Amino acid sequence: MGQQHDAYFVPTKSYWPFVAAVVMFTTVFGAAHWLNADPGESGFGKSVLTIGVIGVLAMFFGWFRSVINESLAGSYNHQVDTSFRMGMMWFIFSEVMFFGAFFGALFYVRMFSVPWLGGHGHGVLTHEFLWSDYTAAWGANGGNGPEQAGGAFRTVPAWGLPLLNTLILLTSSVTVTIAHHALRAGHRGKILLFLGLTVLLGATFLYFQAHEYIEAYEELNLTLHSGVYGSTFFLLTGFHGLHVTLGTIMLAVIWLRVLKGHFNKEHHFGFEAVAWYWHFVDVVWLGLFMFVYIL
Amino acid sequence: MSYAATHDQHDDHHGAPKGFFQRWCMSTNHKDIGTLYLIFSLTMLFIGGSFAMLIRAELFKPGMQLMQPYFFNEMTAMHALVMIFGAIMPAFVGLGNWMIPLMVGAPDMALPRMNNLSFWILPFAFVLLLSTLFLPGGGPAGGWTMYPPLSLQSGSLAYAVFAIHLMGISSIMGAINIIATILNMRAPGMDLMKMPVFVWSWLITAFLLIAVMPALAGAVTMLLTDKYFGTNFFNPGGGGDPVLYQHIFWFFGHPEVYIMILPAFGIISEIVPTFARKPIFGYKAMVFAIACIAFLSFIVWAHHMFAVGLPLGAEVFFMYATMLISVPTGVKVFNWVATMWGGSMTFETPMLFAIAFIILFTIGGFSGLMMALVPADFQYHDTYFIVAHFHYVLVTGALFAIIGAAYYWMPKWTGNMYSEFWGKVHFWNSVIWVNVLFFPQHFLGLAGMPRRIPDYNVAFANFNMISSIGGFLFGATQLIFVGVLIHCAFFSKKKATDRVWEGAKGLEWTIPSPAPHHTFEVPPVINDDELAHGHVND
Repeated sequence: MGQQHDAYFVPTKSYWPFVAAVVMFTTVFGAAHWLNADPGESGFGKSVLTIGVIGVLAMFFGWFRSVINESLAGSYNHQVDTSFRMGMMWFIFSEVMFFGAFFGALFYVRMFSVPWLGGHGHGVLTHEFLWSDYTAAWGANGGNGPEQAGGAFRTVPAWGLPLLNTLILLTSSVTVTIAHHALRAGHRGKILLFLGLTVLLGATFLYFQAHEYIEAYEELNLTLHSGVYGSTFFLLTGFHGLHVTLGTIMLAVIWLRVLKGHFNKEHHFGFEAVAWYWHFVDVVWLGLFMFVYIL
Repeated sequence: MSYAATHDQHDDHHGAPKGFFQRWCMSTNHKDIGTLYLIFSLTMLFIGGSFAMLIRAELFKPGMQLMQPYFFNEMTAMHALVMIFGAIMPAFVGLGNWMIPLMVGAPDMALPRMNNLSFWILPFAFVLLLSTLFLPGGGPAGGWTMYPPLSLQSGSLAYAVFAIHLMGISSIMGAINIIATILNMRAPGMDLMKMPVFVWSWLITAFLLIAVMPALAGAVTMLLTDKYFGTNFFNPGGGGDPVLYQHIFWFFGHPEVYIMILPAFGIISEIVPTFARKPIFGYKAMVFAIACIAFLSFIVWAHHMFAVGLPLGAEVFFMYATMLISVPTGVKVFNWVATMWGGSMTFETPMLFAIAFIILFTIGGFSGLMMALVPADFQYHDTYFIVAHFHYVLVTGALFAIIGAAYYWMPKWTGNMYSEFWGKVHFWNSVIWVNVLFFPQHFLGLAGMPRRIPDYNVAFANFNMISSIGGFLFGATQLIFVGVLIHCAFFSKKKATDRVWEGAKGLEWTIPSPAPHHTFEVPPVINDDELAHGHVND
């Protein structure tokens, strides 16, 4: 192995990238056909979408399996490891920018569009001519706009479930870090315990999140239709929840890989990548808790 | 360091694999994937170009001539989407794929399988996008910017949105790959400040791509949920604002403009020194100018929105920030001219395209500067003036640089020299007809002809007819390009030398022509005299 660290590595040919392109296309084609179908029309969209999603899952399984096997065979040198790390870091940066678009939308509607509709600053005429009885406010008293889109609603109180979820996610960041230190120290039992705890905390977060959504829909009348408040609330927390789901699955896979003894003190990029992702999801949540729930 | 045998698992170390599917669909080879990108881009250039021909045919005379207005609107939207995401961007990625590993002494891209995925997403994405033309309800017809509420009326919005998601995923993966390659795969001794300017321009462009493509994904996702799931992002009745879309879109869109021109700057910075037989003037200034332009690109987006009713403070800020961009851009133009100054110049086809780029891109830059002025923009906004402006920077800018790059590196790719005579025929026809095509559009815009309309006042008839004639001939001229490419690849008898051009410097010219299937399997020993910028720090 020693001398190989100074040489380049180029992987073998693989059909997985092409398969990935095909299944991604199948998924979005199915989704587009389904969304685009006229009401009552029974298109083939849903079936194609289902096949696509199954295909994507199978593709991830197959592609990662081949990469894991190559890694276990010792094919990857230090340079490949660095490329993987850079890839993961820049991927997380792109995710940050994706959430940035939705946070940007939230700040824009709160700072500009809603106050303008209420006649502040720049929006005097719109207010005067279209909705002169609208008083700008965020939250339950006007966050759904001058036409009360979606009807009257109440907001989710920050200091209930959201606070609990904040504590759960923060704890999970600590447990995953303890697991990482245990990995570097070579204590397998401790890794499995704390990584397992992290997975459980992630799942608990998701359970409470689902609970919160059901309550929002059934008791608070806070829905996707509740004006721009509902739009930003559900898109931000929804995409975050999606990322927690993904992160939890990834952590669970890493737990299984630890069980199988895939990692050692030096080589555990897979573990670190997932840990980075988990911390990223955690930081996004802190932003959500602050700007969506508290303020 | 010991450069022992490359640890590489290729079945065949010395040649390309035999089977078609194996070679092209399962590739981990940066040259094959680069070729795929370039062929795809050329195909899209002709598809997008045929849409442009239809637009110019309809505008040949006033009155409705050939098509329904909705179809015309589909053509303007699709022409832009296909050209931007299908022709220009993949061409630059293809050039980057081919040349960056050769220029930094790497055996391949850092993540070769992801590289293959980045490419193969694209044909599927465009099948999805172009299929909307044949669907009930039609394709996107609200312009490539897809502003709500107009775009929300489009019948098959979901297809366009998902196609854009796919293209974004492809671009982000491609960009991650390029950054990892440049930062992690350089041969020992290839310092960052010795890299060719083309590599620098791609490093910075890749950063822009990763930063802004997700914003576009977010914006079109909001369109999707507004149309199909009842959200109110862009509905004032629900507290939203259609202008919100424009802010997010142009936060992507303005860096996107530089994504399409920075690699072109890099290409020109390679071609000009070669044919002036002088090192580039002010290497460091060129690199810093690109970085400056990239930074400024994040704080100028609202100059696309001067006419939507922004607060005055915002208009003034974005006006000044926009005009600042002319400083680093001016540095680049002056440095190219200074590179040529006193050089022993020859005028092969790549150099001709580079010189045409410098002159015509500068014209496009100046008309951009005119529109940066808020009061002036109120007059020009959404007229043919802006159409003339962005076609000067995108056709005589980005596209000319791509064509110049193709002529410049074609001998290295194919091992054969192209026909210099036909190359020059292609160049002179291109440069004449492109000006006949776009220059009159400045006058049309100043006279008040709006963009994106199928019919117009008879007062605009003459300039439109001239523009259309230029358009048809410019379009036909590009067939010469295809002829030159095919001749060069398959029929040319004139073999290229390794160095190809007398004044060419850099690692890519030290390998044989055509470039072998695998290069630099062992990191090359860098000799600073071989590099274009090897002594920049001395």
